[in-house]
Amino acid sequence: MNDFTVDKTAKTVTFSREFDAELSLVWDAYTKPELLDQWWAPKPWISKTKVMDFIVGGRRFYAMVSPEGDEHWSIQRYTSISPKTNFTLWNAFADKDENPELPGSEWDLSFSEHTGKTTVRIRIYNESLVRMEKMLAMGFKEGTAMNLKNLEELLATLSK
Amino acid sequence: MRRDIFQAIADPTRRAIITLIALQAMTPNAIADHFNSTRQAVSKHLRILTECQLVKPQHQGREIYYSLEVEKLKEVDQWVNQFRELWETRYHQLDNVLATLKKQGQ
Repeated sequence: MNDFTVDKTAKTVTFSREFDAELSLVWDAYTKPELLDQWWAPKPWISKTKVMDFIVGGRRFYAMVSPEGDEHWSIQRYTSISPKTNFTLWNAFADKDENPELPGSEWDLSFSEHTGKTTVRIRIYNESLVRMEKMLAMGFKEGTAMNLKNLEELLATLSK
Repeated sequence: MRRDIFQAIADPTRRAIITLIALQAMTPNAIADHFNSTRQAVSKHLRILTECQLVKPQHQGREIYYSLEVEKLKEVDQWVNQFRELWETRYHQLDNVLATLKKQGQ
């Protein structure tokens, strides 16, 4: 991962990554549910997309499913799409009935190709740092058992 | 009321105070001189920062000097690292998906 930066004042996290594939493939991997579900959830979690309508105003409603079968739902609403260049979305955790947990975060994803390799740059804006913390806590849940242990240790430190 | 590092840095004035005392320990009056807010407002922020264990008050004679607990700030780093790890795992999986797609396209 390149240029992973956190701007606390602007409340944004920005990072970019180059992939050894042409732009159209990478774009598909981000915008087609059957492909997204193959990589979005860190193993052993799985990503299960229930609804995905990749149009402006459309949404992806999906769950991260734990090995035990626990489902953590999220909604991503597409706010703008420039094919194979950029799309933006509003992201929020949700319950199983699609009721979002506010506030959400705003994502901006840019794609560019150079000599057969594709760079994806993601910028995530959070209204509050507390929300950023929550987002990370969910990241932990989606992660490995080791990450979960780290979270417990970190939370224990923080709650002292 | 929760008191942790993330609450400490959630407020712009508190972030400015952290930046200020990172250079040297300062008294509340000296800190207040750098802001448009009142001495009371600065005191309140210092109290929260102290409760978050990000700053430490030290008595020197009749004055109280506030200094930064740098170790505590590392928790923010740790937190950010976990987020980065999530995306690295995710992207490693995407590498595999893309490799498969490329093979299928050939």
